[in-house]
Amino acid sequence: MSQMPEIRNFIVENFLYGQDDGFDDNVSLLEKGIIDSTGVLELVSFVEEKYGISVEDEELIPENFDSVVNLSAYITKKTSNGK
Amino acid sequence: MYRHTLVNHFLEHSALQHTHKTALVHSGQRLTYSDLDVMANKIANFLVKSGIERGDRIAVFMDNSIEAVVSVFGALKAGAAFMMINHTTKAEKLEYILNNSAAKLAFTQKIRSAIFKEIRCPNLGAIVSTGACLDESCHSFENIMSSGDARPLPARCIDMDLASIIYTSGSTGQPKGVMLSHHNMVSAAHSITTYLENREDDIIINMLPLSFDYGLYQILMAFRIGGTVILEKSFTYPYQIIDLMIKEKVTGLPGVPTIIALLLHLKDIDKVDFSSLRYITNTAAALPVTHINRLRELFPHVRLYSMYGLTECKRVSYLPPEELDNRPNSVGRGMPNEEVYIVNENGDKVGPGEIGELVIRGSNVMMGYWDMPEETGKCLRAGRYPGERVLYSGDLFKTDNEGYLYFIARKDDIIKCKGEKVSPREIENVLYSLHGILEAAVVGIPDEILGQAIKACVALDSGSNLTEKEIVHYCSQHLENYMLPKYVQIMPELPKTANGKIDKKDLAATAHSSGRL
Repeated sequence: MSQMPEIRNFIVENFLYGQDDGFDDNVSLLEKGIIDSTGVLELVSFVEEKYGISVEDEELIPENFDSVVNLSAYITKKTSNGK
Repeated sequence: MYRHTLVNHFLEHSALQHTHKTALVHSGQRLTYSDLDVMANKIANFLVKSGIERGDRIAVFMDNSIEAVVSVFGALKAGAAFMMINHTTKAEKLEYILNNSAAKLAFTQKIRSAIFKEIRCPNLGAIVSTGACLDESCHSFENIMSSGDARPLPARCIDMDLASIIYTSGSTGQPKGVMLSHHNMVSAAHSITTYLENREDDIIINMLPLSFDYGLYQILMAFRIGGTVILEKSFTYPYQIIDLMIKEKVTGLPGVPTIIALLLHLKDIDKVDFSSLRYITNTAAALPVTHINRLRELFPHVRLYSMYGLTECKRVSYLPPEELDNRPNSVGRGMPNEEVYIVNENGDKVGPGEIGELVIRGSNVMMGYWDMPEETGKCLRAGRYPGERVLYSGDLFKTDNEGYLYFIARKDDIIKCKGEKVSPREIENVLYSLHGILEAAVVGIPDEILGQAIKACVALDSGSNLTEKEIVHYCSQHLENYMLPKYVQIMPELPKTANGKIDKKDLAATAHSSGRL
């Protein structure tokens, strides 16, 4: 899961204003209050631009986006499926 | 129909009338009225056994969850007043609220319970938390559910008693506790469900926080009519919400401009089957007319209500959907069993077209601000009969010839971001406490999604090399998430008026969205 540091870095820079509070890579970003309805859209844009994938409507679900680990697994799956 | 005099009757009477009907759906769990009533009884018995007395304040520091709903009704059944506190509230403000209200007990969730180790609240005798407990002074929510006494308690309150305190942003920067009696809340819920024509087969989706009165009332009102609430934490995953709305055949969608804007931005929104949807409500800030038109085009069968309200009286007005084409910019008229009028600076009522302050008269008007007699005196003033008090809203309005209301401006500089009131002063106080900030001013700037976005303009001490990000990070340690500035602009100095005060009008007019993070 090579994307994990990059994803974490994006979250820290954009939602925690550059200060990593040591949150768990498995923690729910929504329950922890790190992202909200506008934040998740920024996360989608980041993933689409950075990894050249297109996030389909039905893929915008917590199973794919709600933790660093989930998002990394989702990107791995998308990029290995020939986008 | 049973008579509702106390807020907890909404649940209790529905548990008698619609015992096995689904009351609440959350995270795949479905609870009936009977399930919830039994759970709330267990909480109430626990509270009484713990020494909670009639009128004691109980904090519910939880996000949208079954436990939050059960805690609210458990507190009410025990005769206590509940306080829903936004789950992103930071230690300092939580401590302020708990101490200001002298809360005796707090409900929380495992993920946020550690904050209680950082605060000092001498009145707070106990904490009830979900998940593993902090220490021996903390009680397990799950234990109360598994082994608690489920017998109903006799009522300890009458309808004049305090049911809830809702903390709201004040222009002074100090949060104010809006005191609501059972009578206030029952009256407001009755008026609103009347004009929305709510029925027991209504299925209402709520993704607004329960700490926001608009979110809280979705539960209260649905329980009042014996309907069903689909409770979600937020609109973060819109497609999941839309699937849920279709699957659960949702009939009522309470929105704020941010939710409506996000909804209308979704790809393929025109292909979504919302045939079950009966109404959409909007409050907190006006919907742009383009959004109103798009909603009507997409969902012609849906009744769209534009509304306006204040925590101090819950709701002020609604525009009957059939008037929307005639007056799309109006927020309507006073709701049933409520009178509204506009006064000039001398306190005299004014006629159509004249701008003045909106005044609200009704049994939904709050009892006052907790422990703030001066603030209370400013907005609750003598009404028509001796001893009566009416609410001065602080909002400037005018009416048309038929008496429909049009919002003009607020008298203070409160910002409405994502539908929630934000006090610029509260953010400025935090900014000034950061070493290196010389001057700070917070303004709201127009934003298509947020309504107003928060912008902080600051000048730094010479020698300070604070960055925009460091400034927002500091804010994030002290303020709720919805109060964080979206933009920060570091300026050599802030513009001043002739009197030497920071010129916020100039900043708001010229700042726009520069200084993006």
